[in-house]
Amino acid sequence: MNLFEIIDEIEKVDPEIHERLNPRRAAIKNITSFGSKVAVAAMPFALGTLFKKAYGQTATPSVFDVLNYALTLEYLEAEYYNVGTSRGVIPAANSAYMANIARDENNHVNFLRTVINSSGGTAISKPAIDLSGGNGSGTGPYAGAFTNYDLFLTVAQAFEDTGVRAYKGQAGFLAGNKTVLTAALSIHAVEARHASAIRQLRFNRGATTTKPWIVSTASLGNDTGVAGVDGNYAGEENTVQGGVDLKSLGSIGVVTASFDEPLTKDQVLALLSGTFLVKR
Amino acid sequence: MKPEINQSLGEANMARRSFLRYAGASAATVAVMGVAASCKKDRGVTVDGTIDIGSGDIGILNYAYALEQLEAAFYLQVIATPYSGISSIETSYLTDIRDHEVLHRDFFKAALGTSAIIGLTTDFSSINFSDRTSVLSAAKLLEDTGVTAYDGAGYLIKDAGYLTIAGKIVSVEARHAALISNLLVAGSFAASDQVDANGLNKAASIKDVLAGANGFLKTKVSASKF
Repeated sequence: MNLFEIIDEIEKVDPEIHERLNPRRAAIKNITSFGSKVAVAAMPFALGTLFKKAYGQTATPSVFDVLNYALTLEYLEAEYYNVGTSRGVIPAANSAYMANIARDENNHVNFLRTVINSSGGTAISKPAIDLSGGNGSGTGPYAGAFTNYDLFLTVAQAFEDTGVRAYKGQAGFLAGNKTVLTAALSIHAVEARHASAIRQLRFNRGATTTKPWIVSTASLGNDTGVAGVDGNYAGEENTVQGGVDLKSLGSIGVVTASFDEPLTKDQVLALLSGTFLVKR
Repeated sequence: MKPEINQSLGEANMARRSFLRYAGASAATVAVMGVAASCKKDRGVTVDGTIDIGSGDIGILNYAYALEQLEAAFYLQVIATPYSGISSIETSYLTDIRDHEVLHRDFFKAALGTSAIIGLTTDFSSINFSDRTSVLSAAKLLEDTGVTAYDGAGYLIKDAGYLTIAGKIVSVEARHAALISNLLVAGSFAASDQVDANGLNKAASIKDVLAGANGFLKTKVSASKF
């Protein structure tokens, strides 16, 4: 027995199980205009929590909350590459390569702003950003990123991997919503392409243990070697998927690299607020 | 019954025990489910030998399982008969990808249990496994297709837990896709054939994906319920 089958079987005795798991799913299914605030319940993928939430309601974010959160992250990423480009840290040999990423991040900002504003929501303005991670001081731990290209790429990698994890953590809140979920998954995939591309670049520049995918150990999700970003990779060492412990099917490196793990909004904001996002 | 469910399932991570406790609420229910489970073993095989993925979330998961079977078989062949001139780093990357795809395949098989479709027979006769461009072009097609398939089918998944699992896999497929693209054409990791002017990856319908995937399959796969 495993979780896939459990849900399937419970449906036989409780036909409304899916509605319990996603109470307002039906109301938003295939929505093409999300002019009203729509709340969708979702749950972490732990069986106990899953059923606790399924049978007892909890507050969930609206679609606009999710989109504005995504927009916050995109503002940050776009700013990072825009400043990196204008400050000249990217060598000429990599300028076209990195310009692809900057282009996509700026497109994400514009896309999300347009979607939110044209659907009756209000896109948030660009937040106060400190790319040194110093909460407005400009002297944070990554202040050297715009004069040290390898540091620039390391921070970029952490941003991209975190972006992938952040989008993934919101997917459940958009379940059943064809337009918004598909768009979010499509941005999520592009962030993963970027993460892979930056990791390849770092490998080619001498970071010889860096793979295009996140290879965790049994006890540490973070594979960057930079302890300051441990939190960005927390949980990547997970080996249990859908109730199946995959350790019996492959090495830790393979098992952890084969699945990218999500981060909750709270986890992401705890990492960024007071560092890259200025908190006064 | 509902309050009882909360109490009995609220804390445990022992899925099986919790489920059995829940199921144990009614002996008749257990009997009914036993019959249902055993009936499912031949699920998906139609008269002409085409495999149908089925319906609902299990159908989507079987769709993913079908694609992962295809990808795993492809990379097993790539590593078994490497193309001429393969570099050591290419061998390393492609071996890793093989391992990921085999794990994805084995994961879906284990997780779907008796609901899983059968093992598919592949047809790679259109690929020249001794030629780098032929192999990497096929790899790019498979990886790009995998990404568009998960992105395009995500909204059909009702259960948020399954959706998150699909999300965990699709980003790894996107990492593969970016690498393979770069091996073929340096810097093409997010080119306009896959990423649109809004910065969104393409997404594809189940029917379109299967039409392409069936070109690499002797055992054809259908999705009559979608």
